[in-house]
Amino acid sequence: MRGLGKDLRTGLIAVVAMTIVLGLGYPLAITGLSQVFFHGAANGSLVKFDGKVVGSRLIGQEFKGKAFFHSRPSATEYSGDATFFANVGPNSKEGREEVRENLAAYVRENRPWDKALTKDGVPVDAVTNSASGVDPQISEANAQIQAHRVAGVRGLPLGEVESMVDDAVEGRGLGVFGEPGVNVLELNIALEEKAPLK
Amino acid sequence: MVEGYVQIAIFFAVVLAVVKPLGIYMARVFQGERVFLTPVLGPVERGAYRLFRVRPKEEGQDWKQYAKSLVVFSLLFWIALYLILRTQGLDPWNPQGFHSAPWDVSFNTTSSFLTNTNWQYYGGEVTLSYFAQMFGLAVQNFVSAAVGIAVLAALIRGIAARSGRSLGNFWGDLVRIILYLLLPVAIIAALVLASQGVIQNLSDYSVIHTLQGGTQVLGQGPVASQEAIKLFGTNGGGFFNVNSSFPFENPSGFTNVVEMFLILSIPASLTYTYGRMVGSQRQGWAIFSAMAILLVAGTVVAYMAEQHGTPAQHLAGLHTHAMSGSTGGNMEGKEQRFGIASSSVFTAVTTATSTGAVNSAFESLTGIGGAVPFVNLGFSEVVFGGVGAGLYSMLLYAILAVFIGGLMVGRTPEYLGKKIGAREIKLVALGVLVTPFTALLSAGLAAATPAGTRSLYAGFSPQGFSENLYAYLSQANNNGSAWAGYTGFVQPHGPGNVGAHGISFADLLGGLVLVGARFLPILFVLAIAGALAGKKVSPAGLGTMRTDNPTFVFLLLGIIVLVGALTFFPAILLGPVAQGLSGRVF
Repeated sequence: MRGLGKDLRTGLIAVVAMTIVLGLGYPLAITGLSQVFFHGAANGSLVKFDGKVVGSRLIGQEFKGKAFFHSRPSATEYSGDATFFANVGPNSKEGREEVRENLAAYVRENRPWDKALTKDGVPVDAVTNSASGVDPQISEANAQIQAHRVAGVRGLPLGEVESMVDDAVEGRGLGVFGEPGVNVLELNIALEEKAPLK
Repeated sequence: MVEGYVQIAIFFAVVLAVVKPLGIYMARVFQGERVFLTPVLGPVERGAYRLFRVRPKEEGQDWKQYAKSLVVFSLLFWIALYLILRTQGLDPWNPQGFHSAPWDVSFNTTSSFLTNTNWQYYGGEVTLSYFAQMFGLAVQNFVSAAVGIAVLAALIRGIAARSGRSLGNFWGDLVRIILYLLLPVAIIAALVLASQGVIQNLSDYSVIHTLQGGTQVLGQGPVASQEAIKLFGTNGGGFFNVNSSFPFENPSGFTNVVEMFLILSIPASLTYTYGRMVGSQRQGWAIFSAMAILLVAGTVVAYMAEQHGTPAQHLAGLHTHAMSGSTGGNMEGKEQRFGIASSSVFTAVTTATSTGAVNSAFESLTGIGGAVPFVNLGFSEVVFGGVGAGLYSMLLYAILAVFIGGLMVGRTPEYLGKKIGAREIKLVALGVLVTPFTALLSAGLAAATPAGTRSLYAGFSPQGFSENLYAYLSQANNNGSAWAGYTGFVQPHGPGNVGAHGISFADLLGGLVLVGARFLPILFVLAIAGALAGKKVSPAGLGTMRTDNPTFVFLLLGIIVLVGALTFFPAILLGPVAQGLSGRVF
């Protein structure tokens, strides 16, 4: 074919040049700039407690026991380095059982401190898997229910814990986009700072 | 739901606002005119031409030459990417010591990224080194996007040509599109995302001792630079397996709207570019309207369906209505910071535009909500579609609409003054049918063979049917989103990905579908462009069917829906619609 040699030569040069510019120049330049100007954000938005890094503000982690606010259910055991979707289908029998168990467990756990709580009052996010497995937030309704338990166990006035919940609310993007949520790790750190368990 | 509709409306309004300025800018880039970046980037552009030894202004290419350059370039890049993926163990920036994925998975991944699809059988953070992500995949995110846009530019030149046969110069288009459009926006977007918490580093994965004394490992890497072009180039391949639902890819409601804006801005604005280059803005707006109607309809349906919740949730006794402090709805597989509304828009936008990034789990969508991605893909990605690819596919539908309209009123069909002859309409029919044909044939083949059904996660159920159909629909449309249970790569998460193996049938069939359904339509489109370029323009008369008024928009919508529905309706009924209409679990 006429001109094939020329296309091959130009193509080879283009492949090499573009790979270097777009595959090294661009990402390394962005890395350099981000490390200088957005150091914390570019390295995972890590947060400290008692001088030690205890997690990322953006990555949910597992909380057990009655004295802490709990994250949403996770199919990945809150993995930050091997993520996958739960892939529970809308008409899945296993999905129905999972929600049923989560629902019963949530009511069982919180009912002793929030007598008014019934199945009907449980917010959806509390008993469904998040997408990432590490959703850092829970809904405000979910946090307000758990506040009863946390306040009771830690011996804090309910009003005080509720206002800590309010402080941990992250609003919508630009006030409009997405939904507000409560950052669980930051809320638990604030609790530990105010009324340490031990 | 009011807040939900408000954010949807504001988002679409913002996209609408950028259509004209970005559309004009891209037209100037395509036409080799000066833009405000020329003083800075002009010398770089000229340097690139010297290096490539091309003179785009003098060396106009006819459709065959244009196609030849494109195919040669793509083939070379295919080989380069495959080599990079297969030599991962030798390359730097591999803190986790990952082995290369097997040959079959690499075949699929290479074909996937080369074709602007980014279908992923692998999980990024457990398979690929930083080097492979940057040096291999992110490069393709630029290049495959530029190739798609270049083909569109060539088609528009063919339609608009008043004389001659040149469709422009492939190398010139490639350089200008990357240099003036993709790279500058990607740089800004990457920095915006990094400032908001999208990570950008080359560090080892961090081992964290959590507040309660547990251990959590956090994946790291150069994510922001890849995230920006993944969306702006409608690629969609996540750095992490769970894509834009992972907080390090998409940390907030704000970044989410930035990401959706990046996805839609080029495909939406190209309609304006088109109007400008053919000399009639009304033509561009007509196409835009048809696309916008379908996108908004899909978004609203998805939002309403997801807000309703699923049979599994209702049968478990869960109340999915909104209450104070919770939106309710189907939050399974969704993130709290996005909620139902922002997840639904993202779902509609990413499937309409052939992007395939996701911020929620498709396999967990409600039946009817899940039908929206199916329908968007069933329209062969003409609802805005992939960068360039969406509009060039849509223009095939426009020519088809003119032809059918012409038959109905008994006139010789013409589009923008160019008579549509037998050769053009044959090419259009081939171009329109190749994607649905490939999708259905491969999905059928996979569903009917034991080798194919090995990839199923949900087994022999409507859900499993959806997984299988969507896998090939997505690959044939170069979309890349997935009913993620469907697998072609078994990864036990051993250290360095030890013990992982591919499912060759799914990998190879998918890879062939990806390449075929990308490059065959491109060749048909370039051939049509070549045929139209040589035609004389006849002046519009009283009998000319107008292609810039609401009648035409409805005709065009009718054709798209008809072709999509006739092709995919039975299949979609068996999967998501069957699930949506049933209140039962199975």
